[in-house]
Parts: sequence; C-alpha cells; structure tokens
Amino acid sequence: MRLFSRKASPLVCRQFVELVTDYLEERLPARERARFEAHLAECDGCAGYLEDMRAMIATMGSITAPADPHTREALMRAVRDLRGGEHGDV
Amino acid sequence: MSEEDVLLQRLRAGDQAAFEALLDRYDAPLRRVARSFLRTPTAVEEVVQETWLAVVTGIDGFEGRSMFRTWLFRILVNRARSRSVRDARLITFSALEGDEGPAVDPNAFGEDGRWRSAPARLEFDPETRLLQDELRSELVGAIESLPDQQRVVVTLRDVVGLSAEEVCEMLDITEVNQRVLLHRGRARTRAVLRAPLPEVRR
Repeated sequence: MRLFSRKASPLVCRQFVELVTDYLEERLPARERARFEAHLAECDGCAGYLEDMRAMIATMGSITAPADPHTREALMRAVRDLRGGEHGDV
Repeated sequence: MSEEDVLLQRLRAGDQAAFEALLDRYDAPLRRVARSFLRTPTAVEEVVQETWLAVVTGIDGFEGRSMFRTWLFRILVNRARSRSVRDARLITFSALEGDEGPAVDPNAFGEDGRWRSAPARLEFDPETRLLQDELRSELVGAIESLPDQQRVVVTLRDVVGLSAEEVCEMLDITEVNQRVLLHRGRARTRAVLRAPLPEVRR
C-alpha cells in the first residue's frame, strides 16, 4: 500500500478512506497514524466521512427488532414442551 | 449485574418474558448470520430455532465465563456449519469474496486522489437527520444486501458487538481477513445508505 517507503508523503483522500477501519481498530502503526491524523486535520471531506462512519457504527449497535411473531409463537411452544415438566411457565 | 445478567437469571428461573426479551434482542442478527451459511429459508429457520432451544436447555450450564452473546453465536455458527456441510453450502472464509480493488468507489476521487466533491453526509445531524428508527431500518436493509462474508462480520462486530478476537475464533479466519471484511462491509453499507434509492444491489 505504501508507495514511497523512504519519506512519509501526505495521504490523499482516496488512501485515507481505505485506512479508516484500520484506524478505528487501532491497527495503524504510529507513523501511519500520524499521516492519517495529519490528513484528517486538514480535510473536511474526510473528517465528515470518518465522523459518519463512527455514527453509523454506533447506530448499528443500537438496532433491535422484535422477533417475527410466527417464530416467537413456534419457539414459545417448543420451549414449553421442552421445559414443561421442569419449570411450569417457560 | 448487567441488565442482560438479570435476564439470564430470570431465564434460568423459567421466566417467559425474559426469553422473549432475548428473542427480540438477538433473533434478527442470528438469522442474518445463519442466512450467510445456509441455502434455504427452511434451513435458516431450523438452525435458529435449534439454537434457541439449545439456549433454553443449556442455560444452566452456561457459566458466564464468556459473554452470553459470544456463547449464543458460537452455538449458532457451529450448528450452521455442520448443517451447511450436509446441505453443500459452506461459505469458506479462506477465500475472501470481492477482495479486489478499493472498498470505496474510485470514481469519487479525481486524478489527484482527492474527493471530486466532498462526500454527501449521512443525515445524522440533529437538524436534518432521519428519524432514528427510519435510519435503523435503512441500515438493516443495507446490511442485508452485503455479500455473505461481509454480512457475517459486520453483524457480529457492529450489530452484536463481539470483539475482533471472538469473531476470528468463531469463523476461523485471520485477524487481517476479519478486518478486510469489516472494512469492505462498512464501506459498502455506508454507500448503500447514501444511495438515492433502489438500484444499489449487487
């Protein structure tokens, strides 16, 4: 990925977006992280991209969906059969 | 004691409402993961149901050494895998799908590698944002539309909240592959969210 190994050239946006996950996962080596953060500080487009990505990930963590009623029904029945003799209510 | 620990304690005591609360929390992501391993809706249904029954029968033996969700998804993945061997649909994580090229559409950038125009923001901004519920349902649709491997990893990491280590172990993939799939899955999810409407399918 690194084209110029000698000097740390500045990142461009196209490279930045491909490093976002490594950055969020704290897997960038110190030098790469510094380049990433230097670009972040001066590019509104990339700052917005990263911020959106963080917000999106946080929102994914708050997804809940009531279980399908048909499934719920079938499962509750199966569970009752299973534990019927043992516990009464479930 | 966490809210979930309380639910588990109630489940052990045979409390039906506790079981229903766990269903609401985990049934959809269980299905999403199962769907990546299994060919037919029937197989998905069966494996998910088996998993829940295994939870009810096994809950007394669950010692809380790992988190409940780790235990739960491990049961699912193991069952889905042995089932998918029989049904000849085993997604192998050894070969990454769609692993060529950048995760973000290169047309978004000019020849100098900069954004052609600043990327449109997702509307999380309090002034303009979509209602959270609406956003969540769009997100669910976007995750559903991911390729199998990416859907599994994004679901386990970002929706369920397992750690990278847990996901690697569960799927038997390397840390690097896990991260590549997560990266591609997230970038694609974001792209689908931003898409005007129907077209963006695979």
